[in-house]
Amino acid sequence: MSACRQDRLHWRLIVAISLALLPVAAGSQNGAFSPGERTFSSGYRFVEMSGEELFVNVCQGCHMGDGAGAVGAGAYPSLAADANLEAGGYPVYLVLRGRRGMPPFADMMSDDQVAAVVNYLRTHFGNNFQDMVTAKDVRDARQ
Amino acid sequence: MHGEALVTSRRDLLSLIGAMAGSAAMYHAMTSLGFASESPYKGPIRLDGDPKGASVLVLGAGLAGMTAALELRKAGYKVEILEYNGRAGGRNWTLRGGDSFTELGGFRQTCEFESGLYVNPGPWRIPYHHRALLDYCKRFNVALEPFIQLNHNAFLHASRAFGGAPQRIRSVKADFQGQIAELLAKVAMQSRLDAAVTKEDQELLLQALRSWGALDRDYGYNANLISAEFRGYARDPGGGIGAEGAPGKPVGLTDILRSRLWRYLQSFAHYNFQTTMFQPVGGMDMIGKAFARELGGPIRFNARVTQIKQDDRGVTVNYVDAARPGEQRQASADWCVCTIPLSVLSQLPLDVSAKMKSAIDAVPYAASVKIGLQFKRRFWEEDEAIYGGISYTDLPIRQIAYPNSGFNRTGKGVLLGAYLYNGANAFEFTAMPPAERVARAVEFGAAIHPQYKEEFENGVAVAWHRVPFTLGCSGDWSEEARAAHYDDLCQIDGRIVLAGEHASQLPAWQEGAILSALDAVVRLHERVVRT
Repeated sequence: MSACRQDRLHWRLIVAISLALLPVAAGSQNGAFSPGERTFSSGYRFVEMSGEELFVNVCQGCHMGDGAGAVGAGAYPSLAADANLEAGGYPVYLVLRGRRGMPPFADMMSDDQVAAVVNYLRTHFGNNFQDMVTAKDVRDARQ
Repeated sequence: MHGEALVTSRRDLLSLIGAMAGSAAMYHAMTSLGFASESPYKGPIRLDGDPKGASVLVLGAGLAGMTAALELRKAGYKVEILEYNGRAGGRNWTLRGGDSFTELGGFRQTCEFESGLYVNPGPWRIPYHHRALLDYCKRFNVALEPFIQLNHNAFLHASRAFGGAPQRIRSVKADFQGQIAELLAKVAMQSRLDAAVTKEDQELLLQALRSWGALDRDYGYNANLISAEFRGYARDPGGGIGAEGAPGKPVGLTDILRSRLWRYLQSFAHYNFQTTMFQPVGGMDMIGKAFARELGGPIRFNARVTQIKQDDRGVTVNYVDAARPGEQRQASADWCVCTIPLSVLSQLPLDVSAKMKSAIDAVPYAASVKIGLQFKRRFWEEDEAIYGGISYTDLPIRQIAYPNSGFNRTGKGVLLGAYLYNGANAFEFTAMPPAERVARAVEFGAAIHPQYKEEFENGVAVAWHRVPFTLGCSGDWSEEARAAHYDDLCQIDGRIVLAGEHASQLPAWQEGAILSALDAVVRLHERVVRT
């Protein structure tokens, strides 16, 4: 784990130093980029630890920054005000195993990470479920 | 599969020869029969027999759907294709200056590359053994050029080794190989291989190690003109006075091992990445465009499928035209070849057996990101003598791939500034807005090419989980899921059969999409002619 921490700090350092030197990001594109800190993992597993950072760096890729999902030929479900999150075991199961096209994250996140991101989801985006999921719940769900 | 019985009997014959006469005899027999390396593609398919006016609805105008449509139409079927996008090709796709692309979440990018420059966000290389794809390229006059997978002068880069300085593939490969050869030669000379290798073979082994590893007379790998012929020179040989080449100093084995740069050498060893590889001249979408040109009319674009129904008489598909989103439309046919990616198909109401439905639901879709960057000049050629090929790094961008055409020209150039496939960084890059993906790729890439900072102009970034028509890069089968569900996925279910890279044993390859479509239409046709 300490190696991971080191990697994470290392990337943060690179990005923090180098972004200050970056002249122009990417022309006329939408979503104009303002330099800031971002964590990058160094291997197959995620190094982000907080629920918020895991959501922003991972889940947001499909479920979007506001958790509202998106629609194309198929759809990414909205997680906002989501009654399916009421039983904490359900999102734990989905994060670990995936569902349909959604990839499983069991091998990429620790029990603590899965619990953190599920707890973040269940208390944000119009969700207000106060019973916290624990790392032990996640460990049990892996069986 | 088509022709399987015939192949099996030949295989039986070969294993008999192998068992009776040993592997050398078997190899001789195999080569004389002409298929020591056997492609599952046996040339253009022939669908004999009259389909008696039967119709087929094909869902998806990617390479699988267009292959199925072309072959079925040739056999006499009435064919119609529904396609979600406003263009044919699917993941066979190229972005050029002026092209716009809106990803899920609404970020819209307009590619600002100079005319003639492009990036392939999806497939970008074709192995020489992808015979079906190559055959269609030949028949449809798609010009090919080499895709350079291994450029000895490109870089391997480990951010925490060699002070962060990128190393030439050439010298890492030679130094690693040379020092392994030296080690093995030492062991052999200490007679420690006597149990494993005969005395006579040990002599040959030493000769081989010297030849393979660029060893000197004493079986050492050292800084001299012998190793320089492999690893390159500190100063290249020239002409006239004082022109002799000067050898450089090899990187020590310990340093190579600890840098882990050896990890990347397998990128050149895999069957799928061996020379010769190809790319279409002018962009990968030349293939999709050629297929669409051959097809002519029957593609209905901007059609989003919402439901697939079937009964004993036929298949009915509900869809929505993007121009009239309020209006449900229907298309019907006797049969259906569905190439919709499973990430999308798994969400649609679909009349198929429980087994096929389970199979459709069993495949997650891979995360992948590609980022094209335009620079004011081809500094990788001008400053570093890197002409095509790929540099590998442990930075989150993973790869920098140089253009395999337009060599040695002045003017602007586009390179692939990042290629991520699964792993944490692919998700992290997907989660960023496109402009940040580009900026981060420039930032990380500058650790390998400091010229980035001066020369960068603009970029475009495609994250496949954000692509509206696939919701992911490709079917990411686990071994367990494949064992449990693959055969069910590929069955003809009533009047519906699936095709695409997800219904192949070559996931994420265009060849898989085509071979899957050919196999599907052969089986479908057999059924139609029989009934």
